[in-house]
Amino acid sequence: MSTLTKPEAAGTPAGAGDAFLSVRDLRVRFRTEDGIVKAVNELNFDLEAGKTLGIVGESGSGKSVSNLAVMGLHNPRNTTIEGSIKLEGQELIGLPQRDLEKLRGNKMAMIFQDSLAALSPYYTIGRQIAEPFMKHTGANKKEGRERAIEMLAKVGIPQPDKRVDSYPHEFSGGMRQRAMIAMSLVCNPKLLIADEPTTALDVTVQAQIVDLLKDLQQEFGTSIIFITHDLGVIREIADDVLVMYAGRAVERGTMREILKTPQHPYGWGLLSSIPRINASVDIPLRPIPGSPPSLLNPPSGCAFNPRCEFREQVTGDKCRTERPALEEANGHLSACHLTPAQKQSILTEQILPRLSS
Amino acid sequence: MLRFLTRRALGAIVILFLLVLLTYLAVMSLPVDQAMLNCPKGCSPQQLAIVRHNMGLDKSNFEQVLDYVKGLFVGASHGADGFCNAPCLGYSQSRHQFVIDVIMDNYPATIMLALGGSVCFLVIGVTLGMVSAWKQGSLFDTIASSFSQLGQSTQIFFVAPLAMALFVTNLHWLDKPGYTPFTEDPISSITGMILPWLVLSIIFWSNYTRQVRSLMIEQLSEDHIRAARAKGMSNRYVWWRYALRGAMAPIVTIFGLDLGVVLSGAVITEVSFGIHGLGMLAVKSVTAQDTQLELGVLLFSAAAILVFNIVVDAAYGLLDPRVRIG
Ligand SMILES: Nc1ncnc2c1ncn2[C@@H]1O[C@H](COP(=O)(O)OP(=O)(O)OP(=O)(O)O)[C@@H](O)[C@H]1O
Ligand SMILES: [Mg+2]
Repeated sequence: MSTLTKPEAAGTPAGAGDAFLSVRDLRVRFRTEDGIVKAVNELNFDLEAGKTLGIVGESGSGKSVSNLAVMGLHNPRNTTIEGSIKLEGQELIGLPQRDLEKLRGNKMAMIFQDSLAALSPYYTIGRQIAEPFMKHTGANKKEGRERAIEMLAKVGIPQPDKRVDSYPHEFSGGMRQRAMIAMSLVCNPKLLIADEPTTALDVTVQAQIVDLLKDLQQEFGTSIIFITHDLGVIREIADDVLVMYAGRAVERGTMREILKTPQHPYGWGLLSSIPRINASVDIPLRPIPGSPPSLLNPPSGCAFNPRCEFREQVTGDKCRTERPALEEANGHLSACHLTPAQKQSILTEQILPRLSS
Repeated sequence: MLRFLTRRALGAIVILFLLVLLTYLAVMSLPVDQAMLNCPKGCSPQQLAIVRHNMGLDKSNFEQVLDYVKGLFVGASHGADGFCNAPCLGYSQSRHQFVIDVIMDNYPATIMLALGGSVCFLVIGVTLGMVSAWKQGSLFDTIASSFSQLGQSTQIFFVAPLAMALFVTNLHWLDKPGYTPFTEDPISSITGMILPWLVLSIIFWSNYTRQVRSLMIEQLSEDHIRAARAKGMSNRYVWWRYALRGAMAPIVTIFGLDLGVVLSGAVITEVSFGIHGLGMLAVKSVTAQDTQLELGVLLFSAAAILVFNIVVDAAYGLLDPRVRIG
């Protein structure tokens, strides 16, 4: 298990940044016609070498935006990024494009959800895999092609020496996702960011892709950030989990802690909203009521308060007026005004009985 | 590819055939007596009948069309004027020549105008579009798009005389425009065409500027551009190899279609600058009431457009691996 720098208030850099990847007080803002979108706010997390951090959260909670910031892929024209992102001690924020290009695809790589859109339709799979390899290692075309074939074989594409000349549209969705994994791993990156790599795939293929990533991680010691909506996948692959809501971390802990004893009303909602195979049929799924907040005008206080069913249990109007800090409660970090005792009793008396059959 | 081309060529032939049928019938329904036009002043009814017979006008409409189509495929004999080889487009009464020969005499000027003009509008239009996309929202972008709008709403018959008055009459920068065969005198062949090229390109390049700009901006927002940058490819590489590559197929399509249009004769430009090309020939055939010539020019132009339509579709198949032709 990776170590979490536990006692910390959001916004105060804690730990000396000696983790493999350490993100401190990250803020990402977009200037748009409607105003400033505060897409990521005061985000902190660490990732240890060879471990996997799962990031979950609703659509629009800032998962992609924060990880694109790690890769330095935001358009500087309308984006401001503040805080600190250190990869093996090297500060990435403010790094010149030229230096970032040397890291991208080489030391850190990313795979995307929609493999059809993320691969250019005009070039062969082989060429697209070879491209970063040639750029970062100075290999020639022939070596690049050989490496592409080797990588395709590694990710389990049959007849790699033939398929290397195929175009993306000639691959199935699962094969394309494998090809994209091959493309991202072609330079043996130390950090792999997988942004919902399995969401567009059917369940069996999903499982294969997750297994593949786990195997490759074993082999190369890659650190992975795995973004998903699927808590089942999280259980499979993640060591630690970060739960995001409205651009903030609302809960952070080990995979077991987050899945077994979540401490935040949003996390409870998340648990109740996923179907379970072993649940009896008449237990209704409980989607979280309401819709995600606007990031242009986030609600004051706790961003989750308009949707929170336990708001009344907090004394005073704190939920609406004061933003809860990310603090330890019952073993891991969560950002909620409920007292640890309240959380514990709600969890054991209301949430867990709802889930079990 | 071969199958595609044969299929499309056959389709084009069918279209041309229908075109012959329709235009022939339309021309024949005109209240113009071709025989009368070709009979010396005050000719007797007997003479008129002979002329009419020689021109095949005494046959039924159906037979005349059939003769014409037959001429297209196997040629036709034209009495004293000799044998007209296939594709025979008939005999021009005003030029006293076979129509196909008249067209071939005039076509080089159209080719010269079309090729030079299309290079101009392609280069100007694409360059402005690329820079506008690169500097999106800048002063350059604004100015370029205003100019595009201006270009699009301009009329050649308005610009051509103005340009001539300015550059030829007043400033003496250029000689009076006109067509000289390139093989005869390359220099004056080109200098004589500079003004027509530029004026012709005005109505075309603005379209490229707008298209290229929006295509590039659209391409740059695609996921695969972000993925390519995530691989560490530089902005410049992504711009040229990914975005431009994606914008290429539509641009080539538009260009092929435009090329077909200008190669089928730019009537107004040719007339404005006194260039004896296909467009000018079309106008003259109409004023001379030379129906065979009219018909021939029309068919030839239509064929040029059809050929370029096929070329465009074939090119699209080559440029976009997702499109299968065959
Ligand atoms: N370039 C941009 N300009 C303006 N707003 C943006 C931009 N990119 C993202 N956003 C906004 O930032 C917020 C967070 O988006 P993000 O893509 O990180 O969500 P996500 O958590 O990845 O969601 P999903 O699960 O749907 O992928 C969203 O509200 C989105 O509209
Ligand atoms: Mg996302």
